[in-house]
Amino acid sequence: MAVEALFRPGDRVRVMRAYPLGHVRTPYYIRGHDGVIERLCGSFPNPEELAQMRSGLPAQPLYRVRFRQNEVWPDYRGRPDDVVEVEIFQHWLEKG
Amino acid sequence: MSELGRYQPLSYFQLMEISLRELLVEKGVVSETQIEATVEDMRARGPERGARVVAHAWTDAAYKRRLLENGTAACEELGLDVPALRLVVVENTAEAHNVIVCTLCSCYPRMLLGLPPDWYKSRNYRSRVVREPRAVLAEFGTVIPESVRIRVHDSTADMRYMVLPMRPAGTEGWDEQRLAELVTRDSMIGVALPKAP
Repeated sequence: MAVEALFRPGDRVRVMRAYPLGHVRTPYYIRGHDGVIERLCGSFPNPEELAQMRSGLPAQPLYRVRFRQNEVWPDYRGRPDDVVEVEIFQHWLEKG
Repeated sequence: MSELGRYQPLSYFQLMEISLRELLVEKGVVSETQIEATVEDMRARGPERGARVVAHAWTDAAYKRRLLENGTAACEELGLDVPALRLVVVENTAEAHNVIVCTLCSCYPRMLLGLPPDWYKSRNYRSRVVREPRAVLAEFGTVIPESVRIRVHDSTADMRYMVLPMRPAGTEGWDEQRLAELVTRDSMIGVALPKAP
């Protein structure tokens, strides 16, 4: 039982800027930032639900999303094509 | 060492660990023997497992392709049991250098590299390598030239990561066993390069 995957590699996405309580696997530093889908990793039970002793189903698609470092950190020192790649569940992503 | 033998009260988390473990045993969920066996198994795993995978990839181009495509399946191919490990292998090249972190906690490919080093779990490493990777790598003695781009991989969820370092020059004709000795734990995390031959 899994939610349908909405994004494909190369799609532009934006991480939701939300601050729910609980066991969230989306790091603060990446919320609100724009990235590109690097790959779909598969679908996994939602960790936010698992932490509440629920089933985590339907499983959520999990992506690796690629962000440009100088977009994430305005004062970043390095190459403009340096990147950080983060695993993010689909329910945290919207079209970029 | 002057602290040796002195009574140290248990910390909150040590107490919680002991209480939970004893409860699980008392209720018959797991046995002391099973816990001991698992701890021993984790202790016995070390980075030489990952080094074997890297050395094999250095000598077999078709295997390297399979490893980059599906890390878990490629490890199983070598007879390595990697339970619960969904492995993503990222390749260092002359153009790109990769480094691994878990900014949220301490996710680490234990099945291939053993227990993580203390610095990997430190707040300092976790918060800084994602923000100023070049400076942090330089502190490890790894200076990445301006011509090379950096990819930081934050293992925030279900995947685990291992870096496939570049095969050092001057190792032409070496067999896998000899090559594996050059592959350090830190080179598979991405904070160092393999040993020079």
